Amino acid sequence: MLANQIGYFSLILGLVFSILLSVASIKNFNNNNKNIDHRVLSLSFLQFFFVVVSFLGLIFSFINSDFGNETVFNNSHTTKPLFYKISGTWGNHEGSLLLWLLVLTLFIFLFLVKSSDQPKKYRVLTILFQQVIIIGFFLFILKTSNPFNYLFPIPNEGLGLNPILQDPALAIHPPILYLGYVGSSIIFSSALSAVTQNYISKDWALHIKKWILVSWIFLSLGIMLGSIWAYYELGWGGFWFWDPVENVSLMPWLTLTALLHCVLVLERRLVLTSWVVILSIATFTLSMCGTFLVRSGILNSVHTFANDPERGIFILIFLFVLVFLSLGVFFLFHKENNKNSNEIFWLSKETSILINNLFMMYFLSVILIGTIYPIFLDVISNQKISVGPPFYHKLIVPFLIPFLLFMSIGPKLNWVKSKIKNKFELIIIFIISVFLSFFILRKSNADLLFNTVLISSAFYLFFVTIKDMFVKKLNNFSQSLAHLGFSLLILSILFNSIFSFEIITNIKVGEKFTFKKGNIFFEKIEKNENINYSSIIGHFKINDNKGKIKHLKPELRIYNQPIIITSEADIKTTLFSDTFLVMNAVKGKEYFNIRYQIKAFMIWIWISVLLISLGGLISLFERKHEK
Amino acid sequence: MYGKKVKLRILFLTLILASVALFVFLILQSLKENVVYFKSPSEIKSLVKINKKKIRVGGMVKEKSIIIDTDKVNFIITDFKNEINVTYSGVVPNLFEEGKGVVAEGFLKDRSYFLATKILAKHDENYMPPEVKEAIGEK
Repeated sequence: MLANQIGYFSLILGLVFSILLSVASIKNFNNNNKNIDHRVLSLSFLQFFFVVVSFLGLIFSFINSDFGNETVFNNSHTTKPLFYKISGTWGNHEGSLLLWLLVLTLFIFLFLVKSSDQPKKYRVLTILFQQVIIIGFFLFILKTSNPFNYLFPIPNEGLGLNPILQDPALAIHPPILYLGYVGSSIIFSSALSAVTQNYISKDWALHIKKWILVSWIFLSLGIMLGSIWAYYELGWGGFWFWDPVENVSLMPWLTLTALLHCVLVLERRLVLTSWVVILSIATFTLSMCGTFLVRSGILNSVHTFANDPERGIFILIFLFVLVFLSLGVFFLFHKENNKNSNEIFWLSKETSILINNLFMMYFLSVILIGTIYPIFLDVISNQKISVGPPFYHKLIVPFLIPFLLFMSIGPKLNWVKSKIKNKFELIIIFIISVFLSFFILRKSNADLLFNTVLISSAFYLFFVTIKDMFVKKLNNFSQSLAHLGFSLLILSILFNSIFSFEIITNIKVGEKFTFKKGNIFFEKIEKNENINYSSIIGHFKINDNKGKIKHLKPELRIYNQPIIITSEADIKTTLFSDTFLVMNAVKGKEYFNIRYQIKAFMIWIWISVLLISLGGLISLFERKHEK
Repeated sequence: MYGKKVKLRILFLTLILASVALFVFLILQSLKENVVYFKSPSEIKSLVKINKKKIRVGGMVKEKSIIIDTDKVNFIITDFKNEINVTYSGVVPNLFEEGKGVVAEGFLKDRSYFLATKILAKHDENYMPPEVKEAIGEK
């Protein structure tokens, strides 16, 4: 009870300090001091501190199973393991918004501490823009989604957390993803402030680059965690389904990636200024849109929480305010900086980055249309439709070919004006790539011509980048590593889709199912009782024609609170392939429905995303930029 | 007449406009081909002609209608006004149960027979897809 009270009042105190901070910032903006008032810093710390206390209050309510708190009652249960009691704090609407707020206030505080070498007015304005967002979220939480609502009489037991969310990867997925989403708010505020102060400069680019990298790394890792979870927990047997919510997280990632490249151009040449500002605004707007689409229940998806129209409308209005504010600031204050814009030549690093950006915008528009068109059509004609994976594959996959080729050549070019060096070597590598892909593909059933071209270009990027890493030694290592990771990602996704195979069948205990490459024997089932679930474990013996025997034990868990059945796939991972077996039951039937899959190079998909993020991380700590 | 720079700019602009137009056309075209419509059993009953395109059917799984075989699952989707027979081979989600909501994706053979290629999983027993809610006429 106490924790709940403390949490609630800290939240209100947080709002008070947040308003005080805004007032102090306005005062500080107008005085002539050269440095930022230390009062602003302490107020920003207090704002962050009280949100932390409030968040801890909620966590304690969850740990103590205080069912007098409505959020705890709806999402927790006494038999739940401690780890999931804690992660349940952000596994629901109210708690996850409090987490948003926590990250928002954390980032503005860190920004203040880390930006002491920047002009005062720019820093103060960034705080003000960020405070608009923060106060908006305070009001949103207190008005529509208060995590500290009381329940009376106090129930004895809670309703429990949806079992599919009781999972280690998903416990840390929201915080990591939010660090990425919300991290983009700093980029947004700082870009607006820089526009107002006419401070879009090389110095600004150097300083904001770190923030872009931080949120890009977290966003990449957050998306990966969600994808890993979907792979083993949902039993759909894949890692990306073009589910609206997945798309919603990919969109800001695309703009952020474009921004990351663009800001490099700004840092060196002071061109593309408007574009950088637009991308900064777009990234945060897309993150907000994501929150709106997910929280309002418009999208039919894994993430849909209980619908509440009031919340949707609040976020929608808030979103409009932010968009109009940012566009207004942009058009009123933005001046194209002409004095430094030297001519750009066709063959230069700038052009190649611009091409990268065009591709990113194309991918973005495909995903955006595929995601919102169904909503749009539902509103105007009441027709229910869905857009499936073929749409995205058809429109995105072919364009990966030129994208990969440009990506191989681009980093080799110089700024301003360049020539392609070592043409002979580049051609040799290309020929090797084509032969290698043809050799690998010749026995598969896939469309030979198209896939050969596609895989060749991925191999090409791979080899060219590796060669660069050796020749240039550690110069620009981070960029090479990230690009290498990307080529590996595309390669493993392609091989995964070409060389994987699956068997789906219904089978009874004691039966044997024979297929072309072997057989599956369902030996027995074993029943276990745990505190918050009972489980049925299937014992399967899989013989392949080469005489290898594998034992797999997929599990069905029947959770007691709430009563939900989940399947736990059994996955044996090796460097070359994953063996995946998942079992489902239909109530009251003897048959079990099983899906057996060999997923080629599955682990490499995760490894490559880690490499990409590692590239970002190294870049964050690199002292100098390339010469 | 015009300088070289202006000519280059005009060329550049036309190129950009042309490619934007091409992309928009591409996107709309594939959208048209790949959209999956959602129908209720009653809407299917009143169809004038049967399309070969992939659709989704949603409603409730009729009580005592699930029959499982080694290679397929048969069941009936009902919206309490009309019903449709479904044959499916593939992964059955855990919340697939008699008397619960379901969305199946696949091809219509005739007005009372549907060949499903996918049954969509739901992740919360209390959550019902809005389409199904509407199909069975619940608010």
